[in-house]
Amino acid sequence: MRIVIIDYGAGNVQSVMFALKRLGFKAKLSSNEEEIRRADKVIFPGVGHAKSAMCQLMEQRLDLLIPQLKQPVLGVCLGMQLMCNFSEEGETKCLGIFDLDVLKFKEGNKIPKIGWNNISDLKTPLFNKVEEGEFMYFVHSYYVPLAKETIAQADYGGCYSSAINKNNFYGCQFHPEKSGDAGEQILKNFLEL
Amino acid sequence: MLTKRIIPCLDIKNGRTVKGVNFVDLIDAGDPVELAKIYSKEGADELVFLDITATEEKRKTLLELVSRVGESINIPFTVGGGISSVEDVDLLLKAGADKVSINSAAVKNPDLINRLADKFGSQCIAVAIDAKQIDGEWKVHLVGGKVPTEIDLFKWAKEVGRRGAGEILFTSMDNDGTKSGFANDALAKMNSLVNIPIIASGGAGNILHFVDCFEKSNVDAALAASIFHFKEVEIKELKQELSRKNIAVRF
Repeated sequence: MRIVIIDYGAGNVQSVMFALKRLGFKAKLSSNEEEIRRADKVIFPGVGHAKSAMCQLMEQRLDLLIPQLKQPVLGVCLGMQLMCNFSEEGETKCLGIFDLDVLKFKEGNKIPKIGWNNISDLKTPLFNKVEEGEFMYFVHSYYVPLAKETIAQADYGGCYSSAINKNNFYGCQFHPEKSGDAGEQILKNFLEL
Repeated sequence: MLTKRIIPCLDIKNGRTVKGVNFVDLIDAGDPVELAKIYSKEGADELVFLDITATEEKRKTLLELVSRVGESINIPFTVGGGISSVEDVDLLLKAGADKVSINSAAVKNPDLINRLADKFGSQCIAVAIDAKQIDGEWKVHLVGGKVPTEIDLFKWAKEVGRRGAGEILFTSMDNDGTKSGFANDALAKMNSLVNIPIIASGGAGNILHFVDCFEKSNVDAALAASIFHFKEVEIKELKQELSRKNIAVRF
């Protein structure tokens, strides 16, 4: 199986590579259009700021490529947020794969949210063999509200999308690569889609 | 619900664990990777590796270790100790660290916090603060607590948050090593003043100290070293007790 992790200079992709290695898969880090198109599975990682990440994607014309992909794509954390329409972080126009906006957590919550939170109302085969209420590791300041695309929820002063899905595109706000055995199961499920 | 985190801390010198580690079932107790795996299995929510090496070989050994840890465990880990530049952080994150913790370098050059947060995102920049009370005032100390400064702990904590740190790791030197409990009053005060997660460190001696800390200060995480290494407190038992006291933890 050809697994490509999109390389656009953002995010520490090493932990995703390590997690795949533990599962017995080797992934390639690439920003090459052909290589990404030909992959069986594409992982779109990301940490950092939405605006600078979008700039980096645009520089490499990946902003045009990603929405056209036909194979299963998994956006992680900022990667998931960038697949939405718009982010309040830097008032950034994003890829528009999901017709959803990314909002900042309200005052009263500590920002960033850091730590383990249970996820619930799990849908789609992405969560095969994952129990309701399983804990995942989250680190973020912005969130995607609940929507028809929501396939898992979490709570932080109100419920929001901890994972979303539309056609071949999946996104998870938490870090499956850092979420223990259950997180690795989610990565495995993605590779089996 | 977001749970309170329990974080074992490993002191690393020349790629090995130091400061008394007593895992009887472990052949090589000094290998940080083996310890990391055990803590991860026992339910630790994160790990902190504090590098106390002071040699020129430091970076290479540490980076190799970070990669080995990253390959081996599926929970987040932070690396701290002697980090003073954007380049240091870049290398550690590329090697597989999830977060870094900076201490003295941030006090000497507070702009470093802004630069690191801008470049890598707040979420992977923790600022460690060592402090103790002098004439009743909490003062920040540097170089592993050896050098006192005139800086007020709470002012500094607020500034660190404003400059973009993602969390604060506060070690009370008055409590560290005493096994008499965390500095709950200072932690509670800090928690009311800053809007980023706080990790309590220094003073844990038994399970009740963790319960006390979370109940009295409501901080986000608690860190300890020797009591975990010497199995005086087992993480599983600790979490069961926290849960009994209605403090949310992950199992």
